[in-house]
Amino acid sequence: MGYIIGKNIVRKEAFNKVTGTAKYTDDFITTGIYHAELLISPYAHAKIINIDIFEAVSSTGVKTIITGSDINVLCGPLLDDMPPLAKEKVRYHGEPVAMVVADCEQNAKAAVAKINVQYQPLQVVNSVLNALKENTVIIHENLQQYKKNVPDVYPEANSNICSHVKIRKGDQQKGWQDSEIIVESSFTLPQSDHAAMETRTAQCEILPNGRVIISSSTQAPFSVKEQINKTFQVPIGVIDVNVFFVGGGFGGKVPVQLEILAYIASKAVDGHAVKIVNNREKDMITSPGKIGLEANMKIGAKKNGKIMAAEMHFNVDCGGYAEIGPRIAKAIAVDCAGPYNIENISCDVLCVYTNHPVATSFRGFGHTSQAFCIERMLDKLAAALNIDPLEIRMINALVEGNYSPTQVKITLSNTGNFGECLNKLKTLINWDEGQRIEENNNLVRAKGIGCFIKTSDSPTNAISGVLLTFNSDGSINLNCGVVEIGPGMKTTAAQILAEKMKMDIGRIHVKMEVDTQTSPVHWKTVASMTTYMVGRAVLSAAEDLIRQLLNAAATVFKCAPEDLEVADEKVFLKTDLQTYLTLKDIVHGYQYQNGNSVVGQIMGRGSFIMNQLTFLDKETGLGKAGPYWTVGAQAVEIEFDTQQHTYRILKAATVVDAGKVLNPKTVKGVLMGGMCMGLGLGTSESFIYDTEGIVQNTSFRTYKMMRYGENPDYLIDFVETPQIDAPYGSRGLAEHGIIGIPAALANAISVAAHVDIINLPITPEQIWRLKAGVQV
Amino acid sequence: MIAFDFAYFRPNTLKEATEIYKQIALTGKTPVYYGGGTEIISMARTGSVKFDAVIDIKSIPECTTLCVESDRLIIGSAVTLTKIAESGCFPLLGETVSRIADHTIQGKITIGGNIAGTIIYREAALPLMITNSKVKIIRKNRLHDVPFFDVFDGDLHLQKGELIVQFLIDKNYLNLPYCHVKKTKLDKIDYPLLSMAAIKTNNGISAAVSGLGDKPFLLPGKILNETDIPETIRVDKTIAAIQNNIISDLIIASKEYRVFVLKNVLTQMFHNFKGA
Amino acid sequence: MLAFSEKSIVKLNVNGENVTVMINPSYTLLHVLREELGLTGTKPGCENGDCGACTVLVDGWPIKSCLMLAAEAIGHQIVTVEGLKNAPIQKSFVENWGFQCGYCTSGFLMVCHALKNIHPDANDFVIEQWLQSNLCRCTGYGEIKNAVKAVLENRI
Ligand SMILES: Cc1cc2nc3c(=O)[nH]c(=O)nc-3n(C[C@H](O)[C@H](O)[C@H](O)COP(=O)(O)OP(=O)(O)OC[C@H]3O[C@@H](n4cnc5c(N)ncnc54)[C@H](O)[C@@H]3O)c2cc1C
Ligand code: FES
Ligand code: FES
Repeated sequence: MGYIIGKNIVRKEAFNKVTGTAKYTDDFITTGIYHAELLISPYAHAKIINIDIFEAVSSTGVKTIITGSDINVLCGPLLDDMPPLAKEKVRYHGEPVAMVVADCEQNAKAAVAKINVQYQPLQVVNSVLNALKENTVIIHENLQQYKKNVPDVYPEANSNICSHVKIRKGDQQKGWQDSEIIVESSFTLPQSDHAAMETRTAQCEILPNGRVIISSSTQAPFSVKEQINKTFQVPIGVIDVNVFFVGGGFGGKVPVQLEILAYIASKAVDGHAVKIVNNREKDMITSPGKIGLEANMKIGAKKNGKIMAAEMHFNVDCGGYAEIGPRIAKAIAVDCAGPYNIENISCDVLCVYTNHPVATSFRGFGHTSQAFCIERMLDKLAAALNIDPLEIRMINALVEGNYSPTQVKITLSNTGNFGECLNKLKTLINWDEGQRIEENNNLVRAKGIGCFIKTSDSPTNAISGVLLTFNSDGSINLNCGVVEIGPGMKTTAAQILAEKMKMDIGRIHVKMEVDTQTSPVHWKTVASMTTYMVGRAVLSAAEDLIRQLLNAAATVFKCAPEDLEVADEKVFLKTDLQTYLTLKDIVHGYQYQNGNSVVGQIMGRGSFIMNQLTFLDKETGLGKAGPYWTVGAQAVEIEFDTQQHTYRILKAATVVDAGKVLNPKTVKGVLMGGMCMGLGLGTSESFIYDTEGIVQNTSFRTYKMMRYGENPDYLIDFVETPQIDAPYGSRGLAEHGIIGIPAALANAISVAAHVDIINLPITPEQIWRLKAGVQV
Repeated sequence: MIAFDFAYFRPNTLKEATEIYKQIALTGKTPVYYGGGTEIISMARTGSVKFDAVIDIKSIPECTTLCVESDRLIIGSAVTLTKIAESGCFPLLGETVSRIADHTIQGKITIGGNIAGTIIYREAALPLMITNSKVKIIRKNRLHDVPFFDVFDGDLHLQKGELIVQFLIDKNYLNLPYCHVKKTKLDKIDYPLLSMAAIKTNNGISAAVSGLGDKPFLLPGKILNETDIPETIRVDKTIAAIQNNIISDLIIASKEYRVFVLKNVLTQMFHNFKGA
Repeated sequence: MLAFSEKSIVKLNVNGENVTVMINPSYTLLHVLREELGLTGTKPGCENGDCGACTVLVDGWPIKSCLMLAAEAIGHQIVTVEGLKNAPIQKSFVENWGFQCGYCTSGFLMVCHALKNIHPDANDFVIEQWLQSNLCRCTGYGEIKNAVKAVLENRI
């Protein structure tokens, strides 16, 4: 093996991206397009008493103004709980309240400023804790009337709970009886933002023949189609969604929000083309961000470090609307034990409404928050038992033959080798030199570990597909529904095809754009499932091509197809490598010397559907959520100033079982990006609310992210335990760099400063408070 | 994208600038002097300011000069922070301004705009506050040299139509022992939790801080220079004296933490000035 | 005195050419480059001076075009990413995997290109000072560092 697998392949669009020619959704400048601009709520929870648009309507250039009372639909991917524009009341700071459609952006903005809304503030539910209190304010009065779009979402009447996922594994009573030590802790992790550099944007035009043409910076063009269809009863076949390059997604471009608003806007102006572009401030709060989490954890173990039982309560802060929150709750439940074998588990994950901005999928899909809790718990257990933190992970490491929390049997193929990741991490981060080392000038160098396990939690019937056509020179066009959001999936698809066809990747032309009318359906470009799903579809399409090529050549050579082989754009006779047909001579039909022609155009199609996945049992969680897991071990090394309580991040390390590394530099790049983002969550990223639930930091001036030079040195290594059913054994790997990093950082700081970090982000002020005993 | 229209003027002389300002104001409209425009554009985009015309002062020679003349350094109000830092003309000011915003923005922010801006930090003012500097302003159609503190007490006090033309700093102050410290919540590029500029003259230490309060202010020189009492006590006394000026906010830091940081910074400052 | 009270046709020097373009005095340079001149390689990321995606060169120095009026650009030389013709930094970004989604890339390229011209001997401190003006959400900055260093050390 290894024609091209394992080599560093430069992404296909690289030179377009360094010359400014790569086009993103908003780069198509169309004269005459209308602009839609949103008026958003300045309150987190308030009744809308009156919306006065009188002055705004007559403002220059205004075509129409739409408010919640003009639209009679509710939407959402799982639960239809969200009006596209607020109706009767607002449930979060930043919620869209009215939309102006005007001839240009300037006029639209000017008109928005002229709309007068009268609100009556309501009591604000400013935390999960508050949302779950008895007799608390109810955010969705009609929770039970909402339409469910999936069977497995469980809203609870007269509460703020929009779903509840349970794991009951093993024998709780026995687990606790067998425990010789019990460790308990609670954790609070804030909401934050995806902050992709390209803000979300969508355009819509409704043609006279009824076709609905949407372009959008989405990771999920096929979900856009489905939601427009479902919400507005537009026949799904007339909806075209076009996606170009996407300037980063990280899960934030999965929800369908601006597309729905663009459709409503276009519809209101007789189908004229309308675009809507989030400015940064709206991208932060009006469009969905990352969940918050509050957790209470209790684990019991033997004195030798073996964990016997765990009881976990996770409360997901999904903000004002459910969005995909219940699925994140499920994901947390499914992997609640981390990469460890815990035989007796009771875990409850609630998805809870608050008056915070809406949350959606975010790189790691809840796992970063979940990992923070379990990984801090392991360090606390290690400390309580005086066992080395790496050792305690080794003692409990998940191995072949164990069962996951939802009771799926673990194999080397479906999970990889976590123990080996830990072993390699130990060397990589030089663990043996000591976890805490005092140096000169009040400085301490310290390390912390954080590990991860993640599966996909996709729908049980998620699909992907690939279409291959030939050019007359024998080169191949590859068309799939995967969106190029950054990690280079289109190039990966080409690489898998090149390997299978044994041909030069330069001769494979990938269609970068997705057009849902001609691109085969790909569920969503999410969940680190792309290589697996589209890779499988590529292989099946390639097999289809090869079969046809062999048959065609067999006809010409008058031999059996089995006697032939495809490589280097030729079909060879296996027994005589000098006898071959070049692909260009057969792919569009083979012509004999006398002019007779046979075979016709050769085209390949390949498809993939998830198999063996099941819904989870409502009471025990029993079931299979994803096709495989990816495991890994990470560490962070910091330098801490014991006097100022400030710190620098020196190193961040990741060892992951990749199955097989397809494109090393690309994979490392994606991992480093994840690690950097994880450090952002660890050090500074969070929405800061005032007492009324108003987000205080809605711009990059005050919402701080990692910048150049604040990043550490990155250390990356791989374990390669093949996943049998994956393309060339390669396990899904994209989000994972982020997952264990905040926990690793918290573990390092806890050791360095002798404090117990249970919240993120970890600011020097927070450390100082813990040291000085000053209450917040 | 700014949601309202305005006119743009770029005068070549001070006279043109003041004339056009007056003309516009006479018609009942609002003109603003425009330096780097970073604050004007940001605030106009979010709708927090409105005006009818901007008067860009970057083509007026007096405003863009940076030179030493007889015994003083002259810094035109429209000189960018990058230019000040790269010139090396006044190391303390150079260091202070190269921590404002980020490097690219420093190429656009002007010293006049930073000091005249609404933002509470105005870090570029700190070195001017401790060097007995003067400003040249246009007041009632005439140029006046006035002490910096006559127009600046943490906030800039100018009448409508008055323009800062230059900052004038006595040469003797340019190369004294100095110290600049900027502390943020965590990241390097951020508003200051506290930014301090200090110098040591024959008469002792002078220091000004921004970020601690709702505007820049001087630390009490009398206490800083009470050489007969130990530095640790001077630190405590300084903090006690300014307690009421120290702010608390949700985003950057609480008051208690600012005090903690200030204490470290002052201790460090005394240490740095030892033997200087 | 330059004076515009309303929409006007002006001359700008962009990427070495004089172009005639209609501007409104309230338009930012970013807006005019993209919407009037079709130079969409310059990206909006925040329109607030924080992210650097909109960085262009003005007389050789990096400037965030979201915080500059187009009218201010009259009389100055503007270079956008489209005006970089086979600059070493472009190749270096490709060879060092300096980007993923590519959205921040133009801005980083402009800063790096100016740095190489203005301070060819920049040390790590100066590199950091210049490049901290820009945000990248995809990479972890490691590859960007390799890319800029390769150019400064004339390895490209
Ligand atoms: C990304 C970013 C980060 C920032 N971080 C910081 C920071 O860390 N610390 C900090 O202190 N600031 C910071 N700022 C704010 C910055 O200080 C202001 O935007 C800037 O100082 C304004 O300078 P300017 O030259 O662009 O002024 P302009 O926007 O041109 O003008 C600002 C005000 O000053 C008036 N003005 C300008 N020149 C004169 C003059 N000569 N005479 C009289 N009035 C005049 C104008 O009329 C206007 O009211 C940051 C800004 C940005 C964009
Ligand atoms: S768009 Fe100009 S700095 Fe972000
Ligand atoms: S490559 Fe995506 S933001 Fe930098």
